[in-house]
Parts: sequence; structure tokens; C-alpha cells
Amino acid sequence: MAQQTDIVPRKTIVQRWIESTIARYFYMIVLSFLLFGLLLLFIGKDPIQSYRDIFTSTLGSPYGFSEVIVSMTPVLLTGLAVALPSKIMLINVGAEGQLYIGAAFATWGALTFQALPAWQLIPIMMLLGLLGGALWAFIPAYLKSIGLVNETITSLLLNSVAPKIIGFLVFGFWHSAMDTNKTARFVQAARLPTFFGTRVNLGLIFGLVLLIAFWLFMKYSRWGLEMRAIGGNAQAARRNGIPLKTYILVVFCTGGAIAGLAGMVQASGYYGLMLTNFSVGWGFMGFLISWLVGGDPIGIIVMSFIVSLIYSGGNLLQITSGVPYSIINILLALTLFVVLARPSFAKGRK
Amino acid sequence: MALLPLLGILSSAIFSGTSLLYTALGEVINERSGIVNLGLEGVLLVSASSGFAVTVRTGNPYLGVFVACIVGGLMNLLFGFLVITRKANQLASGLAVMFFGFGLSALIGNPYVGKSINALPRFELPILSNFPALYASLFKFDVLIYLVIPMAFIVWWLLFRTRWGLGVRAVGENADIAFASGRDPRLIRYQALFIGGLLTGIGAAHISIAYAMNWTEYMTGGRGFIAIALVIFSRWHPIRAIAGALLFSTAVAVQLVLQNSGINISPFLLDCVPYILTLIVLIIWGGNRKQSAPASLGRVYEGSD
Repeated sequence: MAQQTDIVPRKTIVQRWIESTIARYFYMIVLSFLLFGLLLLFIGKDPIQSYRDIFTSTLGSPYGFSEVIVSMTPVLLTGLAVALPSKIMLINVGAEGQLYIGAAFATWGALTFQALPAWQLIPIMMLLGLLGGALWAFIPAYLKSIGLVNETITSLLLNSVAPKIIGFLVFGFWHSAMDTNKTARFVQAARLPTFFGTRVNLGLIFGLVLLIAFWLFMKYSRWGLEMRAIGGNAQAARRNGIPLKTYILVVFCTGGAIAGLAGMVQASGYYGLMLTNFSVGWGFMGFLISWLVGGDPIGIIVMSFIVSLIYSGGNLLQITSGVPYSIINILLALTLFVVLARPSFAKGRK
Repeated sequence: MALLPLLGILSSAIFSGTSLLYTALGEVINERSGIVNLGLEGVLLVSASSGFAVTVRTGNPYLGVFVACIVGGLMNLLFGFLVITRKANQLASGLAVMFFGFGLSALIGNPYVGKSINALPRFELPILSNFPALYASLFKFDVLIYLVIPMAFIVWWLLFRTRWGLGVRAVGENADIAFASGRDPRLIRYQALFIGGLLTGIGAAHISIAYAMNWTEYMTGGRGFIAIALVIFSRWHPIRAIAGALLFSTAVAVQLVLQNSGINISPFLLDCVPYILTLIVLIIWGGNRKQSAPASLGRVYEGSD
């Protein structure tokens, strides 16, 4: 018997990916759409028509599709910001706060170096965004590395502080002559370039490239191996001479830096200015997505796409059905519930 | 500063702090059983909207409070199904519940936007009738405010002086050992979540039926997260949560007064103070095992089946 199993041809990566990822998520999404359909029926809407609207508005036109990609961009980055520390069993709930601080740093750059050309200004803003996120993540990372306070609690607390700091800066110093809650529009050199006349910006490329780099890094680099060792058994890794504290500091701050980059992307690419409370839960959504797929890069892309599809479709649901926009959150939450609860027929590898 | 503004601060701090304290007390019970509910924001919103809807429909605010309370319990049971029965990650499930609450509360509350209600009646304590009317009027509270401090003591008694509370704390420290000593960790966690949810529901009712007296989407404005910070600040103890709630709500009240008196401190920075204090408290008590979180907070109980 044992010999026979050796002969069975191993499935290729693509085959396994199709079976595990696509099939699993397909079942789950059908289930959640059924549940939400019942709810729509209950409040007197036609579910078939609503779903047709959602899909034709998003997948049916190039513009709709590009809007899905636009709302996917920040959660790709924040998802990675959570996935990276999760590989060494660190829980980064603070992507929301890191995103805010990263955006604040980038905004400072955009307002200070207005005279520079784009090829200098954009990299400066990116570096500032990375730096801001990393600094904000340094607080929980340092407290964790000296064994004082759990990083989950501290990063969660700092989420509540960061938007208030932005409020202070924008309200007190940066606001434009017209508004008190936002800055003036950034100069053109401080805007991330967009593609094909849509709102899709360079941030998408950052997200995809970083996710691929993350996958390669975990699989093929020495540091990836050591991180997997820490994730498997931190004490054993430490006794084998892996510098645990350094890894905690560096990996957590890198996660924060990526979330900070997401903030820079949103300020520079999406809004083109900075406003108070500008994030609509991108950090939290990134956390959810990353945990749902177990920090798997392909899973992050698939799940971000699904979540963004639902959100973008919800925009149209309001126009055609006359229900409040936020009820799209119910469909989103049902999808998340179904994935979290992992019904037995869809149970694959973790 | 004169006495009147100070009393004014205290009065408005009590008004805004009551819902925080109820919510935090609920979360203390949840977390003592080892479950952290990040979805408090969603639970609050759904409870607040359904309580408000019932009050508009029936005209009876007490019925609204009752319904909000039950709905809070049910929302927590839904969360419990995910994290206890389906063993999902607690933080992720909590955030999913939060998004669910955003949507469901918008749906429930949508027909009632802008409607007015009979708010929870306010009355003053008989002792205060000797004071000048101006002062006494600052301390006319509704019944939920009068009950909140006794409620903190009831929760303390429940957790630290009853058999059930012992069970809750045992499960929160180590579910396997609690199981070995003859308790059912899953059942206890469900019970703790339900009772915690009832308290959260009362907090939500106070926001929509007694304090704001209206319904708007996202009206809780982050109170769920403040309550979680408050639980940490009070180091998982219901009595200390009273002081925490006063601190958090006083920071809000003080900034209103400062703005009026023209003192130039950014309200945003003042808002940060309670969080920074919580962080400092955490750092000070960090190494001390006796003061730290329930040991199996956030862990999944795998069970023996």
C-alpha cells in the first residue's frame, strides 16, 4: 500500500489551488448569498434583481470592475501587514492605527516638499508612510519584545489614538482655507499615477508585488525559514540560536510599515488629500481577510477581491432598491461568518 | 473654577459614562470567561436601534430597554456560536460581528431616523430637593443611571462570590482544568456571553433611549472600543471599571467646558489621554501575574470530543 501511494502522481500547484481555494470559497459564498437573499426577501426586495444589479454594476463593465480593484488596493496592503507578523504568532490588530500614522507622515511630506518633481516626491512620501507605520508599530513591538505587554492589546488601544492625532494635525495645522477637516488638494506631483483613465492607482502594484515578495520570502529565504521555525515553536527556535526579540521587533515593525504604506496610498492615490477619519475600516478589514485565509498570499488576493466586489456592488444596491447603503455590511458579515464557521462540507486544510 | 461648571462636568460625565460602564461590565464578564468580544460596537448598534424602534412603536421606553437588553444577549450568543461551537478566531469573529452590526442596525433603524420618542423619564433623588433648583436640575437622572453603580457591585458579587462566578473565572484561566473538575466550559462561556450581552444591551439602550434620544447610523461612535480599553484599564475588575468609566467620560466633558472657557487645548489630544493612561497602567502592571488578563483569554477551547 505504502508503495502504491508513492506512484500516484502528485497534483500540481494549480490543481491543488483550484480545488482547495476556489471550491471552498465558492461553496461558502453561495451559502452567504442565499442567507442574504432570504433577508432581502424578508424586507420586501427582489433578491434576484439585487444580485443581478450587484454583478452587472461591478463585473459587467470595465469601469465597475476598475472600482472593485480600487477598493481592493488598501486591503491587500493591510492584509499583508497582518499576515506577516502572524507568521511568527504575533497578532497585529493595529493596522488601522498604523495606516493613519503612515498617511499622516506622507501628508507631511506632500505638504512640505511641494516643489519637488514627482519622481522624487512620490518615493519620499512612500518612505515617510513606511516610516510612520513602522514607528506606530514599534510601541507594541517593543513592549512585546521585552515581555511586558501583549501586542494584541496595545496595538488595539493605539488604533483609537491614531485618528485623534490626525484630527489634531489636520484641524490645527494642515487644513485648507475652505474646510477645517481636510487639507488642500495635493499637488499633481504628490499623486500616485493612475492607469487607463480609471481610479486604479500604482498602490495596486505595490500590493501585488509585496504579496509575491512575501510568498517568495517565506518560502525560499533563510529568514523566512527562521520565521516559520518561530511560528512553529518559539522556545525551540530561541534555543536554536534564532534571535527571537530581533525578529519580533523587525517583523512587527515591517508589518506596521506596510500598513503605513497603505495609508500613503490612500491619501496620495485615492483621495489626493488628507481628511480626518479618512479610513473606512481598511485596517480592520485587512485583519479579517488575513485571518480568514490563514495569512496565505493568494488567499488574501482572492478574499480582498470578494470583499471589494460586495462593497462596490452595495453602492448600486442603494440606488436601485432604496435600502440604506450600510446593509451591504450584512452580506459582507454573512460571508465572513460562513468562512469563519467553516461548514463541514467545505472544511479543507486549515 | 466655580462650583457650578465642575458639577456640570460631573453631571455630563455621568450621563455619557453610564452606557460605557454597562458595556464595560458586560465585557468584563465575557473576558473573565476567556472570550474577548471585539464586536461590541456592532452589538451596541443593533441593541440601540432595536430598543429605539420598539420605543417608537409602543411609546414605552422601559419596553425599549428590555428589548435592547435581550437583543444584546442574542447578538452575543451569535458571536458565541462562532467562537465556541465553531471554534473560530475570536478577534476576527468579533470584527465580523462588528460589520454585521453596522448593517443590521442600519436596516432596523432606517424607518425611525428623525423620529422622536418618550425618553426614559428623569427624576431627582429626594435628598437633593433641599439644594438650589439650579444645582438639583443637574442631577436629575433616569433609572438606568441610578442602577449602574449597584450593577457594578452585583457583577462583582456574581463573579467573585458565587459558584457560577467561580466557574466563569476558572474557565477563563484554564478551560481544560475547569473541564477536568467537572464543569462544562462551553456552557459556562455561553452563559457568560449571554449575561454580558444583556448588560451591553442596557448600555446601548441608555445611548439611544435616554441620552441621545434619537437614532442615527453609527451613533455609538467607537464606544465599543472604548469599553474594551476600559476593561483593560480596570484590569478585568468590575469595581475598578467605575473609576475607569468616569475617567473616560470626564475627559470628554472637560473638553466641552474648556472649549467654552477659551482655554486652548486641542480636544483631539485630550481625547487621547484615557488611552495613554490605559497604556501606562498596562505597562506598570505588565509583569505582575496577579493583575494581568485571564490566562486563556482569546484561546479556543478544543474540548474532548
